[in-house]
Amino acid sequence: MLNGTEDEEKWLAEGIAGIQHKAFYMHRALDSNNLREALKYSAQMLSELRTSKLSPRKYYELYMRAFDELKRLELFFKDDSKHGVSVVDLYELVQHAGNILPRLYLLCTVGSIYIKSKEAPAKEVLKDLVEMCRGVQHPIRGLFLRSYLAQISRDKLPDIGSEYEGDADTVMDAVDFVLQNFTEMNKLWVRMQHQGPGRVREKREKERSELQDLVGKNLHVLSQIEGVDLEMYKETVLPRVLEQVVNCKDDLAQYYLMDCIIQVFPDEYHLQTLETLLGACPQLQPTVDVKTVLSRLMDRLSNYAASSADVLPEFLQVEAFSKLSNAIGKVIEAQVDMPAVGAITLYVSLLTFTLRVHPDRLDHVDQVLGACVKKLSNIPKLEDSRAMKQVVALLSAPLEKYNDIVTALTLSNYPRVMDHLDIGTNKLMAMVIIQSIMKNNSCISTADKVEVLFELIKGLIKDTDGADVDELDEEDFKEEQNSVARLIHMLYNDEPEEMLRIICIVRKHTMVGGPKRLPFTVSSLVFSALRLLRQLQGQEGDIVGEEASMTPNKIFQLLTQIIESLSAVPSPELALRLYLQCAEAANGCDIEHVAYEFFTQAFVLYEEEIADSKAQVTAIHLIIGTLQRMNVFGVENRDTLTHKATGYSARLLKKADQCRAVYACSHLFWVNDQDGIKDGERVLLCLKRALRIANAAQQMANVARGSGGPVSLFVEILNKYIYFFEKGNKQITSSAIQGLIELINTEMQSDSTNPDSVADAFLASTLRYIQFQKQKGGVVGEKFESIKL
Amino acid sequence: MNYLVGAFKPPCNIFISFTDGRSRKQVPLKKENGKTVMVALFQSQENIVGEVVIEPIHGKKVEHNGVKIELLGQIELYFDRGNFYDFTSLVRELDVPGELYERKTYPFEFSTVEMPYESYNGVNVRLRYILKVTISRNYVSNIVEYQDFVVRNYTPPPSINNSIKMEVGIEDCLHIEFEYSKSKYHLKDVIIGKIYFLLVRIKLKNMELEIRRRESTGSGPNTYVETETLAKFELMDGAPVRGESIPIRLFLSPYELTPTYRNINNKFSVKYYLNLVLVDEEDRRYFKQQEITMYRNLEAS
Repeated sequence: MLNGTEDEEKWLAEGIAGIQHKAFYMHRALDSNNLREALKYSAQMLSELRTSKLSPRKYYELYMRAFDELKRLELFFKDDSKHGVSVVDLYELVQHAGNILPRLYLLCTVGSIYIKSKEAPAKEVLKDLVEMCRGVQHPIRGLFLRSYLAQISRDKLPDIGSEYEGDADTVMDAVDFVLQNFTEMNKLWVRMQHQGPGRVREKREKERSELQDLVGKNLHVLSQIEGVDLEMYKETVLPRVLEQVVNCKDDLAQYYLMDCIIQVFPDEYHLQTLETLLGACPQLQPTVDVKTVLSRLMDRLSNYAASSADVLPEFLQVEAFSKLSNAIGKVIEAQVDMPAVGAITLYVSLLTFTLRVHPDRLDHVDQVLGACVKKLSNIPKLEDSRAMKQVVALLSAPLEKYNDIVTALTLSNYPRVMDHLDIGTNKLMAMVIIQSIMKNNSCISTADKVEVLFELIKGLIKDTDGADVDELDEEDFKEEQNSVARLIHMLYNDEPEEMLRIICIVRKHTMVGGPKRLPFTVSSLVFSALRLLRQLQGQEGDIVGEEASMTPNKIFQLLTQIIESLSAVPSPELALRLYLQCAEAANGCDIEHVAYEFFTQAFVLYEEEIADSKAQVTAIHLIIGTLQRMNVFGVENRDTLTHKATGYSARLLKKADQCRAVYACSHLFWVNDQDGIKDGERVLLCLKRALRIANAAQQMANVARGSGGPVSLFVEILNKYIYFFEKGNKQITSSAIQGLIELINTEMQSDSTNPDSVADAFLASTLRYIQFQKQKGGVVGEKFESIKL
Repeated sequence: MNYLVGAFKPPCNIFISFTDGRSRKQVPLKKENGKTVMVALFQSQENIVGEVVIEPIHGKKVEHNGVKIELLGQIELYFDRGNFYDFTSLVRELDVPGELYERKTYPFEFSTVEMPYESYNGVNVRLRYILKVTISRNYVSNIVEYQDFVVRNYTPPPSINNSIKMEVGIEDCLHIEFEYSKSKYHLKDVIIGKIYFLLVRIKLKNMELEIRRRESTGSGPNTYVETETLAKFELMDGAPVRGESIPIRLFLSPYELTPTYRNINNKFSVKYYLNLVLVDEEDRRYFKQQEITMYRNLEAS
């Protein structure tokens, strides 16, 4: 077999050549005013259109050639001085042609002149033409013929205000004519589907869509008829068009035509005929993409609503929402096989519609979601990823519209929809919700809403049954949990009562999150509680004793419980930090025993849980730092705690760490506050001990590696000396500082020491500081004067 | 030579003309030699009035046994060529025996001539009317001159003219119902009708309407039937589906039709048929033939 397209090209070329050839003779006949010959050759020329070999696209090319020639012929026909035959006779004469296709093309051509001549009522001629065209039953040839009819009659319809309107010709006749032509064309178009072998279905559908505009043009003509007012559209045009659409039972046609109706007629008409239009939807073939059709309708209506506020009452008047909602329900009911994604897409469109048209009607939104839940509950498990995406879109729409999760939280069906998502999507949606909250900085301020919110995002809060833990991506997980942690900070109420309730709810939800989540959420929760505590302090006077549950003690108990939950993780470092944080808060509240308790917990953790030496170093420094700031403790408690801290410092593994911890401990005995402890002696003891350790470290280094140890340790200790010296600790003398400097210099120059630029710089700047203080003069200058460099 | 030619030429010229020749309608008539000439048109019961002019060639005298004019209606069957059957024969004596020296004019008149049959030129048969002038002579052959004329008879529109309506089909394959608005048509009529498809299980390609003329001549074992298709008119292009109805509108004027002739003088008949032909994609033809009656209508012609 030859290549199909090549063949087609050949046939087309032959057809065009044929037309040109016959047109040549036709032109000659026209030039010599020979009607007989003109009719003969024009019929022969039009016979080229009888071919069955061309695809619609190629046929169109051929048709256009003939069309141009027909325009010329029409001019000749029009001028009866040239051929001397009246238009009535001409109308008969052209019907003598033996072949139907040329005959009908000629008839249409003369028919248009006949109408123009007004020798017969336009409606009679139109009716005759549209009836006679039935003779061509071949889809492609018929479609083009009728399209020619539509083309030449367009400006001759007896429309209101048209010159062809008269007593006998009303706009109704124009409408009837176009409707009939439309109906016949659609039938031909649909028939194409059922002709030819079944295996080329795809090709045929492609060919058909190439022809769709020929059919749709009729609807466009209808929409252009002035006389088609709302009344006529409602009573005649729409019902008849829909009747055809429904009855043709062809998915391609139904989809295209529904869309066409929606696009060509004015929005106002759609609004007023919603019921009819929507009534057709459930009757369409199950394979028709009704959702897109309805979505487009709703889009148009939404835009219409957005175009002007004046039209909104119309929407209310016709109850657009409930009609659309019903229609969607029916479509879903009727199309049992419609995939979930289709149904949900419909709901998304409806939701978008109501959000645009009735932004104030939250009940509508909830209703849509409710309907969606109902649909989803019939599906055991939603596995279609596209459907999932649509559900996400459905859930995101209200968030975007209202920019406020708070509104969404009042929608009772919202969480029920979320239940139908798979785990991954559920999480995704939860993230969307959280991000929305973050973006809009919306504050969730009541316990009830918090409860609902956590219900919504529970996918993030705890492991869902059946979730495959291995699949979790570590980074995603972290991001999710960080988001949850951030979210907790957005939950806030000025009213401590309510805030406490919020915290309790959050705690309830987060506690079930398991060891992997707790480290993320607990700290947020703790800080949230601490904020409440500060809040409480701020308004202390008012509420003390008023409510037993609201004492700081109570909150501290809660905090303890929260932090204890970390033991299950376990995450001792975090717990330790939090305990210290709480201790500080207790300090602020001036509750000694609680602060002490927190420290105890911190030390217990340190002893029992923190084994890693690096973690120990960090922990001990944290403890020292916190303890230093505490002022709530009595002498005894403080002694116990400082003693513990110094003890642990000296027992760190590495000498350098020991040294640093010990000199840090010196601060525990010297607080610069007005009534802070100032035990110079013990400060000195600490520093000396630190020096000893530094020495030991140096020796150990020499023994172990044959090179000098960390000179910087000495410099650090020197700095501590200078600090306390400056702060007025009498135990720290200038000579001691001087001695230390010398010691450092000696160490630096010793052969065994590796040159260490960092330590050098450190020392140099320390010395520069001393120099600077000297030059300052005054009390400070005097004090430093005694140090000789 | 001229003399010689003159010897065989008839010694006189005969001209036959009708009194109302100028105003009378002329119609074309195909002669035996294939040429078409315009001749006068009459109908039955008309007076055929005219004159015969006999003009002897200069300087000659024509001796004769009398001059007569005949009006003949003849049927000529081609299988029996040369045998004319005269169904009408009227004679008028124009002159008593004598001599003609100069041009002489004889008026003649056949009044209310009965001419029941129309002139017809068929495949196997011809029916014609002629005026025949004979100058009878002794010893030498008679001098004869003919003048053809055409007769057409008009019928009033039939009082009963039923439509033709019929349902035909091949079981489980094709069922159609067709309707022609009338069974009797005048020659310039239009056939209006429609075809309604009740069942279509075959792939049709097109449908056409044929006008066929059936001419039968002779009788008994010597009957010759000749069928001609005068018109092929495409009604439909493509394959219809169930429920489609296809309109018919066929103008008869372009075709050369005659009225239906039934048993003309027991010699021949001419009948007309409409033949509806459906052609499927494999070029199989399905058809149904229906007789129609043609008549000549005065107003329309």
